[in-house]
Amino acid sequence: MSINNDQPDLQRRNFIGKTVLAAGAATVAPGVMLTVANAGSEEGVSSDVRWGMLIDTNKCADGCTACVEACNKENGIDLIQRPEGQSDEMWDAQRPQWIRKVKLRDTQTGEVSNLPMMCQHCEHPPCVDVCPTGASFKRADGIVMVDRHICIGCRYCMMACPYKARSFIHQNVAEQLTGAPRGKGCVESCNLCANRIDEGQETTACQDACNQEGHKAILFGDLKNPQSEIAQALKTHHSRQIRADLELNTGVRYTNV
Amino acid sequence: MIKTKYRELYCSSPRYWGGLASLVFLILLGMGAAYYMEHNGHFVTGMSNQIVWGLPHVFAIFLIVAASGALNVASIGSVFGGPLYKPLGRFSGLLAIGLLAGGLVVLLLDLGRPDRLIVAITTYNFKSIFAWNIILYTGFFTIVGLYLWAMMDRKFEKFKTPIGFAAFFWRLALTTGTGSIFGFLVAREAYDAAIMAPMFIIMSFSYGLAFFIITLMAAYWWADRTIGDLRLARLKNLLGVFVGSVLYFALVYHLTNLYVTQHHGVERFILLDGGIYTAMFWIGQVVIGGIIPLFLLYSPAFATSRFAIAVASMLVLIGGFFQIYVIVIGGQAFPMNLFPGKEVLESSFFDGVVAAYSPTLAEGLLGFAGVVVAMTLVAIGARMLRVLPESLEDPADAECV
Ligand code: SF4
Ligand code: SF4
Repeated sequence: MSINNDQPDLQRRNFIGKTVLAAGAATVAPGVMLTVANAGSEEGVSSDVRWGMLIDTNKCADGCTACVEACNKENGIDLIQRPEGQSDEMWDAQRPQWIRKVKLRDTQTGEVSNLPMMCQHCEHPPCVDVCPTGASFKRADGIVMVDRHICIGCRYCMMACPYKARSFIHQNVAEQLTGAPRGKGCVESCNLCANRIDEGQETTACQDACNQEGHKAILFGDLKNPQSEIAQALKTHHSRQIRADLELNTGVRYTNV
Repeated sequence: MIKTKYRELYCSSPRYWGGLASLVFLILLGMGAAYYMEHNGHFVTGMSNQIVWGLPHVFAIFLIVAASGALNVASIGSVFGGPLYKPLGRFSGLLAIGLLAGGLVVLLLDLGRPDRLIVAITTYNFKSIFAWNIILYTGFFTIVGLYLWAMMDRKFEKFKTPIGFAAFFWRLALTTGTGSIFGFLVAREAYDAAIMAPMFIIMSFSYGLAFFIITLMAAYWWADRTIGDLRLARLKNLLGVFVGSVLYFALVYHLTNLYVTQHHGVERFILLDGGIYTAMFWIGQVVIGGIIPLFLLYSPAFATSRFAIAVASMLVLIGGFFQIYVIVIGGQAFPMNLFPGKEVLESSFFDGVVAAYSPTLAEGLLGFAGVVVAMTLVAIGARMLRVLPESLEDPADAECV
């Protein structure tokens, strides 16, 4: 469902924290009703799970941007229009990007690797620490996101995030999805498809897209459940965190970088 | 010793109102710029997802840092008992309040959602150094306000010393807080240094005093009052010490950074091949803001020149502005090293490359309006309150000197 509205007027934090799991309807914007799906639990997200990702850079194909496109579509980032008169360069620097493809070469060995970069869903997220209003927050299930209703747009979280994972919305927003409400002047970033997870789904859009392309480079799941595919894979494969030196214990891990 | 008489700053009406009108005009321009940015969104600025804090932040931080330094003169007078500084205490308090207000206005209007002021002052995350700063700023207004009152009201005078002490420590905390905004950003190589907080304190001493000297001289010129040579010489020598210390701290900052191999990249960037930032560092911060003022302040050739003092103070401010620009913008422009040992071949998000930033007119107008707001508050305050001594002639008996 797509709505035409600049600033959705709902209490997103409550919406996410509790209400989202309770079946019901919330008023999104004057005159627009949104039905929130029931994820089957009345208690809200639980700390019994920690959502995370394992990315196998060996499988991540050169030139493929399926995950980026899927993310843009899932979260309505592709609906954001380029403001009139904005140069190509500025559009690139100012448009939101929740996930990006990065191609690297080892300066010593010359080995080339590809990987997607997004919010790493840190266990100790610097963005949350520095946010003056508490708009940046970490859910009990490990997903880090922004409550766009109390974000004042100070951008301190962007200064603090070591992964450049966050985007600021620089322009008016004409069209957006109810699952990813946004507004000019607020910061946002990858939320591990929280809307899907809260509906009871167990995959993210980027993972689905990658699988569909046949690369299977992204594995999403519950890090705390020893039975889950991701937990098993992490146990047997050597993985690493980007900038492990910062000791943020990221929820997104990479192999073969 | 003759008792100092304070009097409101009166000068002929056309002069006063004309001056005020031009200040208000500049503020209106700034407000127009803020409205334009708020209305269109930040896409009309040079800021992006790479350089998230732009020119307005440079102005705001500059003014906030200078605000706490402007209070120094009052502190020297009432905390450390410097008799030559005592009559200047009230004006110092007024200037501190004005500068802080100017800085905060810019900071507020540069938010993505300035309309959420209520959220900003009611919803706190106490882990955030930013939230702490909001409390430090509000506290600064209150304490300096009380301090001014204690200095001006005889019945309240007995509280002057304790409040003076409180104000002194508060201002140290405030600058530490401002410096720590950067000191806490572990991921950015330019900022990850404990020396940031003390360096900001010494920077505040220097900028604050430079502002103080300029506004004081301007006010006395405006109102046809006199300032004695001795007193100006004191202020000038003090400024020289502060300017020297800022240079020294900048040296230590870069040397400690050079000691850490990890930081060689960013040091090289600022000191050698950072283009505009390197130029701003050497020409702006070091030469304009440090060496020339030191020469003007200490050279015997200018020993009695008031013009030289005014120019030196102005250059200290310009150099200080460059210094903050290099810290804030240069620090963001230098790419974060996400993948040590790897070179980025492709990225849609400017990984591994120096970010570009060129401020737009709107950002400049908003930032500059902050300075004007500070000056306007001082001009109005000095006309309504008895903050300036009728005369600042040097005291006749040498003892109290
Ligand atoms: S990657 Fe950045 S935005 Fe994501 S949780 Fe960590 S610090 Fe926050
Ligand atoms: S921009 Fe928003 S989410 Fe980020 S630190 Fe500021 S208030 Fe918090």
